[in-house]
Amino acid sequence: MNNLNFKTLKKYWLRFVGIAVIAGSLVLAFAWVAGLFGHRTTSKTFLGDSLSKFDPGYRRAHGKGICFDGTYHSNGAAAAISKATVFAKSDIPAIGRFSIGSGNPHAADNSTATVSMALLLSAADHSQWRMKLNNFPYFPTRNAEGFLAQQKAFKPVPATGKPDPALVEAFLKEYPEARKSIEQKAKMPLTGSFSGAEFYVVNAFILRAANGQEQPVRWSMRPHSKFISLTKEQRDQAGHDFLFKDIKKRLAEGPLYWDLVLQLAEPGDPVNDPSQPWPKERKEVIAGTLEAKNVTEQVNGVCRDINFDPTLVPPGIELSDDPVLAARAGIYSQSYNARLREIGFGKATDAVGK
Amino acid sequence: MQNKSNNNAPRHFNLTARILHWLMAVAILAMLFIGVGMTTSITWRPWLIDIHRPLGIAILLLVIIRLINRLYFPIPPLPPTVPRWQAFVAHASHWLLYLLMFSLPLLGWATLSAGNWPVTLFPGWDLPPIAPTSSTLYAWFRTLHGILAWLLFAVVIGHLSAALLHAWIYRDGVFSSMALGSSAGSNRDNEKKNAD
Repeated sequence: MNNLNFKTLKKYWLRFVGIAVIAGSLVLAFAWVAGLFGHRTTSKTFLGDSLSKFDPGYRRAHGKGICFDGTYHSNGAAAAISKATVFAKSDIPAIGRFSIGSGNPHAADNSTATVSMALLLSAADHSQWRMKLNNFPYFPTRNAEGFLAQQKAFKPVPATGKPDPALVEAFLKEYPEARKSIEQKAKMPLTGSFSGAEFYVVNAFILRAANGQEQPVRWSMRPHSKFISLTKEQRDQAGHDFLFKDIKKRLAEGPLYWDLVLQLAEPGDPVNDPSQPWPKERKEVIAGTLEAKNVTEQVNGVCRDINFDPTLVPPGIELSDDPVLAARAGIYSQSYNARLREIGFGKATDAVGK
Repeated sequence: MQNKSNNNAPRHFNLTARILHWLMAVAILAMLFIGVGMTTSITWRPWLIDIHRPLGIAILLLVIIRLINRLYFPIPPLPPTVPRWQAFVAHASHWLLYLLMFSLPLLGWATLSAGNWPVTLFPGWDLPPIAPTSSTLYAWFRTLHGILAWLLFAVVIGHLSAALLHAWIYRDGVFSSMALGSSAGSNRDNEKKNAD
């Protein structure tokens, strides 16, 4: 009989231990990879308790936004350096989203200096190109962990309402590259409209030409409209939703245009460090023009349930080894899965217009 | 105790079954770790997903071949030393494994479809969607895919532990029926045990 009686256990105790060790090791390894224990920085770390405690249905960051749609007019200029069908001379349907960079989906538009454009281009061959661009050209730190470190270091101390200077100093010691973005952001003019803002991809990608050649690039969506700057006073007095009211008004009057400007890296340029902008003299190629035509409120808009994951690129465009790019994929996915579960299982309320 | 098994009954699963078993065991264990890893890794996610999709479809194709083989060819009976309740649990867990091996890749494919994500196996090679774009469907498929993946991991650990019990403690020919080695080898094991 196959018996696990005491006699068998005593005789073969070492083999039982062996089986328990094998099974136990696999379980522990799985649990560790799943982030269930240990101090590993995972994509979940970036979301904290917002995964479970949040206004249901909203994005955990940049939750306040508005959908737009239009056409991307590709002029063929980049076809020589990339085989992507989206760079052939053609017109491509575009779905996009403007948002503000706040963790609160009901924040006032003047509560943050960060504005964003997200875009999904669907080429005729059913390939998709998704991107998510911010109005600042580079990332504060060389890696994603630096973002968390900066958040911790600059958290206002309850007693003073200001960051702890010792924590800030320690942060700048570990991430000296963060100094320049802090200084530049302090001097940056505040934008009064989505229409005149330039949106930057921040992370580098590799274009693959038909002959196999690689070309690292970063790009920006450069507006045809003039930049509209606000003084701090004007901004402080602006209405709660002034940016969104403004873009609805402008697009009702006519389309808005942005050029897709590729910046070509030269050998030796820091491709995998998003905190290092490339020299201004680098060659630029205008690959096409985005014509934004209509806005739709996010609550019923097509853009609402899209994850503008910047790692979704078509053949002809590849990811660089920029660590922040890889990190964004996982972080966006966590937020996306949380909010689509909330929407799909009926837990969302004003996010879906209930 | 005499071994009363029919002399015409096989002592091994056929070669196809055995090859598929070990090949898919490695693939599935890898997929489970790749799957859970890609949901937490801030470094490797894009490359883990690039493996997860084609490997998932490969497992789906292999399990179709494996099921056909399983239904057509006889399998070795469990030795009479295995209690009836254990035999029941064994057979139920194996059918559960087949169910999971089929449904997980299909659910992954359906999840991407419902989310309007391209189902890319290799650059330029996309599978068609098998579900309409729908946030509700996405939520259900994505949640089920995750729950069933954890269930598969649990069943795999149970399966593997039980297999090792048979290999190292009972030594009753059950493990060797899925392993290499001639029929003579497992017979010798049984005779030796009967003589104890």
